[in-house]
Amino acid sequence: MPLLWLFLLVLALAIAAFVFARSRVLAMSGQDRRSLHSLPNYYGSNAAMKSAIPALLVLVIWLIAQPFYVNSVVSDALPDSAIAETSSRSLVLAEVRRTADGLDLAVSTGTMTEDEASDTGAEVAAVTETLEEAGAIVTAQITQPVLRAAQQFRVLNETGHQIMTIVVLLIAAAGAFWGIKETRPDFRARNVVEQGVRVLLIAAASIAILTTLGIVLSLVFNTVEFFRLYPASEFFFGTNWAPSFSGRGGASDLGILPLMWGTFYISIVALIVAVPVGLFSAIYLSEYASPKVRAFAKPMLEVLAGIPTIVYGLFALLTVGPLLVSVFGEDGLGWMQAGTAVMTAGLVMGIMLIPFVSSLSDDIINAVPQAMRDGSYGLGATQSETIRQVVLPAALPGIVGAILLAASRAIGETMIVVLGAGAAARLSLNPFEAMTTVTAKIVSQLTGDSDFASPEALVAFALGMTLFVITLGLNVLALVIVRKYREQYE
Amino acid sequence: MTDVKIKAKDVQVYYGDNHAIKDVSVEIENNTVTAFIGPSGCGKSTFLRCLNRMNDTIDICRVEGTILIDGDDIYDKRVDPVQLRAKVGMVFQKPNPFPKSIYDNIAYGPRIHGMARNKAELDEIVERALRRGAIWDEVKDRLNAPGTGLSGGQQQRLCIARAVATEPEVLLMDEPCSALDPIATAQVEELIDELRQNYAVVIVTHSMQQAARVSQKTAFFHLGNLVEYDDTSKIFTNPEDSRTESYITGRIG
Repeated sequence: MPLLWLFLLVLALAIAAFVFARSRVLAMSGQDRRSLHSLPNYYGSNAAMKSAIPALLVLVIWLIAQPFYVNSVVSDALPDSAIAETSSRSLVLAEVRRTADGLDLAVSTGTMTEDEASDTGAEVAAVTETLEEAGAIVTAQITQPVLRAAQQFRVLNETGHQIMTIVVLLIAAAGAFWGIKETRPDFRARNVVEQGVRVLLIAAASIAILTTLGIVLSLVFNTVEFFRLYPASEFFFGTNWAPSFSGRGGASDLGILPLMWGTFYISIVALIVAVPVGLFSAIYLSEYASPKVRAFAKPMLEVLAGIPTIVYGLFALLTVGPLLVSVFGEDGLGWMQAGTAVMTAGLVMGIMLIPFVSSLSDDIINAVPQAMRDGSYGLGATQSETIRQVVLPAALPGIVGAILLAASRAIGETMIVVLGAGAAARLSLNPFEAMTTVTAKIVSQLTGDSDFASPEALVAFALGMTLFVITLGLNVLALVIVRKYREQYE
Repeated sequence: MTDVKIKAKDVQVYYGDNHAIKDVSVEIENNTVTAFIGPSGCGKSTFLRCLNRMNDTIDICRVEGTILIDGDDIYDKRVDPVQLRAKVGMVFQKPNPFPKSIYDNIAYGPRIHGMARNKAELDEIVERALRRGAIWDEVKDRLNAPGTGLSGGQQQRLCIARAVATEPEVLLMDEPCSALDPIATAQVEELIDELRQNYAVVIVTHSMQQAARVSQKTAFFHLGNLVEYDDTSKIFTNPEDSRTESYITGRIG
């Protein structure tokens, strides 16, 4: 039975339980809902909840666990002789899975009958040919053990799904029965449903947290793996970045310093652009602009935040870069060799960050109580004196928080840098030279043909981990500062 | 004692289409505490805010009529509202110290008006203002502590000291005790009485007892009209208008 059907069937059972429990409790109370502990819908929801949630939970766990089980069984069954010298067990297993998928496809398109597909004595060459005809992706000539394993794989999966369907439906029915059975007028259905809602919300929140944890763990394991192959001291303190890709030979220099320097240099240029412009536009919008101008200008500014960063990257590559070259390049001041440079990426990234700084600062400035401004005006201060000496100091912690958030955005930004800053890792003070950042190098280390076990590829995780720690630190700092500011007025 | 400090004639205030103050004419005397009383929404605070042009900061507010301080029209085009507000200080309903040190709170006004030539003079101004605000003894050892860390009553006296520091001639107080407990209220009322020596004080209050305690003149506002304006003793013992009598005896408002 297809998964969707099973899912819908469970839902249908739950709805039936809802309707039945609701009408049952109404009937028991003699149509007088005042004698019930909870509203009738709560009794229905209780039954529906007990029917659907355990069943769906089992469904999800089963779907996650079954492939592991089937893989291990099939893997054990594969004779060692089936594994060629140059290959590994996992590669052969992938082949088995592909063959099994191919058999499924062939059966579903009708090029093969079910009997043919599960015929253990089938001619290997004929099967390969039929599969290719059916359009399945089969790489080599299928060997006898692989075909055998694939057929076993299919059988296991098939029975697994059948058992799962039965188990899930049984659990759903049992849950529905349990929910309906405990439906009596004095049953505290409302409290149970409230508990259920709470658990649902906690589950949603923990998915986000667990995912973060998963990301961190995957980074950590790969980083540890990298440091096993490459000394940490050379990674953190090396001043040279020169990876040599496997196959070309030679050892790689994987020092993070040039990349860090590029990241910070570009981020600083971006912040020098974004902070004054963003802050001043926030002050204008919140203090000077008439409601009409504000209603128009604020959404316009926020449109900037909605532009995909790849578009900013194009803007850097095609507009800002050539513009800067025409001023600072060979024909002008002679400082700049090519359009891709720290300055190009920094300026464009600064533009990208303006709405971040301005929108957050605007909210924070608006949160400064009007009484502060009145007090200052009442003493004969002008508007700019009031803003400079009362509003901004009051809003400062929040503004610093906004700037730190913008900084962590700048450090993690990738597309603008890939297109605008060039690819050369170097330690230089000239902002018109091409440099590269941590993020851009992660992209280039993981794209293309690279062996994921080599230090040249694993270094990407170490880079990502470093970046993650830095931006996490900045975000925590920003949150702490913003929270401190809130305490002041509440 | 009877020299007129502020003379308002036929003042009208509109908030958009809403006619908030109608034909108010009043003469406020120097060295006197004048109380504005009346039910909520009667326009007393609005009228108070006209006296230092605080209503200018509200876009939809429009003021007509003439208000003279020492014979000069404060709504004249040549008058800079910023300078006017230095001359007519204001204390607000809720204590609103700036998120700065106690010293900087007081020094704020003198600094922006360039009243001190050096640090020593500024120190002197701050001390004098804090003494006049009757809070010097409580804060003299912690002038660098944040003003927001004081208690409510202390904060309000700090705000009064802050308003006094710019050497105003008139002090406007918009329900200065509404956020204070009875003890702090008594301290502030005592202070108001002392301030009368140097300033014309105008106070908006919801408390009839407070008006009777601190003021010499009382104006009763109702629905945007100035109903009655006379000596406090007369208003509270022998009011001429029946609406005033109903209000002070608690039958309306």
